[in-house]
Amino acid sequence: MLIDANGVTVIAPRAEMGQGTHTTLAALVAEELELPWNQLRVLHGPPARAYYNSALMREGVPFAPTDDGWLAETARDATDIPTRLLGLQLTGGSTSTPDAYDRMRLAGATARQALILAAARRLGLPADRLVARDGAIHAPDGTRLGYAELAADAAAVDLPEPPALKPRAGWSLLGRPLPRTDMVAKSTGTAAFAIDTRLPGMVFAAIRRNPVQGLGLVSYDTAAASQLPGVLRILPLDGGVAAVANTTWAAFQALDAVDYTWQTPETPVTDALIDADLTQALAGSPQPLPDPADSDFLAEYSVPHLAHATMEPMSAAAHLQDGRLRIWAGSQFPTMGRSIAATAAGVEESAVDFTTTFMGGGFGRRSESDFIRQAAALAREFAGTPVLLTWSREEDMAHDMYRPAARARIRARLSGGLISHFRLATAAGSIMASMAGRIGLPALGSDATILQGAGDQPYLFPDHEVTGHTAAARVPLGFWRSVGSSQNAFFHDCAMDELAHLAGDDPLTFRMRHLSHAPSIAVLEAVGALCDWPNTPPGRARGVGFALSFGVPVAEVVEVEETPAGIRLTNAWIAADPGIALDPSIIEAQLAGGMVFGLSAAIQGAITFAGGAAQQANFWDYEPLRLRQCPPIAVKILESGGQIRGIGEPGTPPAAPALANALFALTGQRLRDLPLNRHLTFA
Amino acid sequence: MITLTVNGTDHSLDLPAQTPLLWALRDGLGLTGTKYGCGVAACGACTVLIEGQAVRSCQVALAEVTGPVTTIEGLADGTALAPLQRAWIDHQVAQCGYCQSGQIMQAAALLAENPRPSDAQILEAMDGNLCRCGTYPRILAAIRAAAAAMEG
Repeated sequence: MLIDANGVTVIAPRAEMGQGTHTTLAALVAEELELPWNQLRVLHGPPARAYYNSALMREGVPFAPTDDGWLAETARDATDIPTRLLGLQLTGGSTSTPDAYDRMRLAGATARQALILAAARRLGLPADRLVARDGAIHAPDGTRLGYAELAADAAAVDLPEPPALKPRAGWSLLGRPLPRTDMVAKSTGTAAFAIDTRLPGMVFAAIRRNPVQGLGLVSYDTAAASQLPGVLRILPLDGGVAAVANTTWAAFQALDAVDYTWQTPETPVTDALIDADLTQALAGSPQPLPDPADSDFLAEYSVPHLAHATMEPMSAAAHLQDGRLRIWAGSQFPTMGRSIAATAAGVEESAVDFTTTFMGGGFGRRSESDFIRQAAALAREFAGTPVLLTWSREEDMAHDMYRPAARARIRARLSGGLISHFRLATAAGSIMASMAGRIGLPALGSDATILQGAGDQPYLFPDHEVTGHTAAARVPLGFWRSVGSSQNAFFHDCAMDELAHLAGDDPLTFRMRHLSHAPSIAVLEAVGALCDWPNTPPGRARGVGFALSFGVPVAEVVEVEETPAGIRLTNAWIAADPGIALDPSIIEAQLAGGMVFGLSAAIQGAITFAGGAAQQANFWDYEPLRLRQCPPIAVKILESGGQIRGIGEPGTPPAAPALANALFALTGQRLRDLPLNRHLTFA
Repeated sequence: MITLTVNGTDHSLDLPAQTPLLWALRDGLGLTGTKYGCGVAACGACTVLIEGQAVRSCQVALAEVTGPVTTIEGLADGTALAPLQRAWIDHQVAQCGYCQSGQIMQAAALLAENPRPSDAQILEAMDGNLCRCGTYPRILAAIRAAAAAMEG
């Protein structure tokens, strides 16, 4: 943090993409620093290995987040070393809050203690006579020394030992809703996203690449394009073509006017090919149950590829001047972005100044650095001139790293109304291998994300087997909000619902009968109480969905009705337990927003492939839910007091099963393939 | 040269007449509060007011702009935020914030025309504005609150 005449500035090591992390990270510091909330500014820090994300790698090992046994702890601790070496400053995996919870409070407490010692020295008083309060050190005689006037002295103080952190009962900022530090800027059009970077003399660039990802250009003809007004230059870039002009629109127009001859694939990726990959990966799995019976449950579920479709398309600004490269980008992974930018611009990493801007949505997409690489390469071509690269929406849709298509097969058996056997086999392409290949890292062992949301659920069945199967990755795959849990929660929880109905049991109670993890039981009870389960208004039906992801148990209920225009979502309820709730307003927003994200995908999200290319182009054929389709959402936050967890992702996984289960309750139809609008009309 | 009045200030722009207003604002005038989201009027991020009417600025050529333009930068009255902006802050609507300029401008056009909209009228008016973060419940609450506040 920085204390100067302008007040206190907290340097946040994590990126703000809407999840409110800057507010919560700043509150952790301010709480210990005894700083009023309105006396604080937040900046994203420059990329630094010191900001490595220890929580992220801890979740990357193949142990369930609820398993605190010594083996899991040992494995998690062992991962600290490679993480530190790799220098991952990654915002993702709902890890920012767990990672920062102790470290940011300790930063605040250390500063507070140093300020007290500096004041003690200046006033000639023992430190224990002084109190930090409201941004100043107070002496018994009423003397008040502001933090700014003590800052220089405090910086020279050596603390003998780390100061103690405040007990929760002493919190005045944490645990309550705070006005977000970015809210005024985001309500007045003044929040600067990467796409808003403006510098004197700036030129505006756009790029067009082969719609078949991974393939390049045979030739291109710029005869017509280069004559258009405002066009400065058309040049090859990153296997495609870039246009640089005096407005972004002129660059888009120029790219439309270029005549391209693209390389064509030998074996074009199609949906049929992707289906065949998943079929092959799942072949023979799971094995039939012992002494198979006709009454054994067998079901197969599937989900398609999905795009991130952040509202701000990929964009970055770059300026190479006098051997230094400046980058402005919304990046979830700025240490990687800086390294890739340096290579693309032909400078040393130490010559790169990297500014992480606000992100117009991340959802995992901005952990990639492709657009940063392109902006840096353009800066090299236009040395001395700042360049802003903006992808068109169509380019963004065609060149995403998609949530993989996935499929699962489940065999189960009921005995005495309870599940005696539960075997789930789930298949998807490997995100980790796909990403590692793109950034030149070795794949870190088997891809735990394939099992995420299925192999780590807190259910106990006497015969219980979950297996993950790696399918071929035909297109680039990436982290998509909640990652493997986005598909596996749908598979696992829909099967639980089907089994509840086969058992003739109440779906909510049935889930609880198979759980011993107290926080998981509690969220199911809470969501039931919130919606007065099972009392449903006439003409409507409800479904429950449950998933534990990123250590957070979340139960969601969706209520639906049939209207002349189609199915309408009339209400939704969420109960979740992040262990400790630092900001209830942000948590509520993230849970509700995560649910809407999941419902959009469940109802109408699909990226399909033909001829090797994604067939969706823009929001008219890849359409998130709109306001009129969004039900009122009531949220209940529980605090078991255990390990603190992040909340950006856990709201998403239970949404799809809750909706599909509600549709079964309404129509009697089991829908096992997403998106649901392939089967039903929605209002 | 094309002349344009934006937020009460006259500008001359040396851009082709078919340049969409969105890009004239963002790249010509540096008014970046108005956002590019889709370029095809499918998301509403570029919504501005022309003579008080909400339009998708990605679909309006400079040559077609016949009246004064109001963008998110011009919605506040000096340093006093507009009631909608205050409601947006009170209800802590924004998450990533990228779509919110468009949401607020669309809502401003609605309340200017219909100070007491029903929920159905709000849903209809806001139907062209996407939010990928799913802030919809708070958008609805903020518009209701702003309408009530403007009633006084």
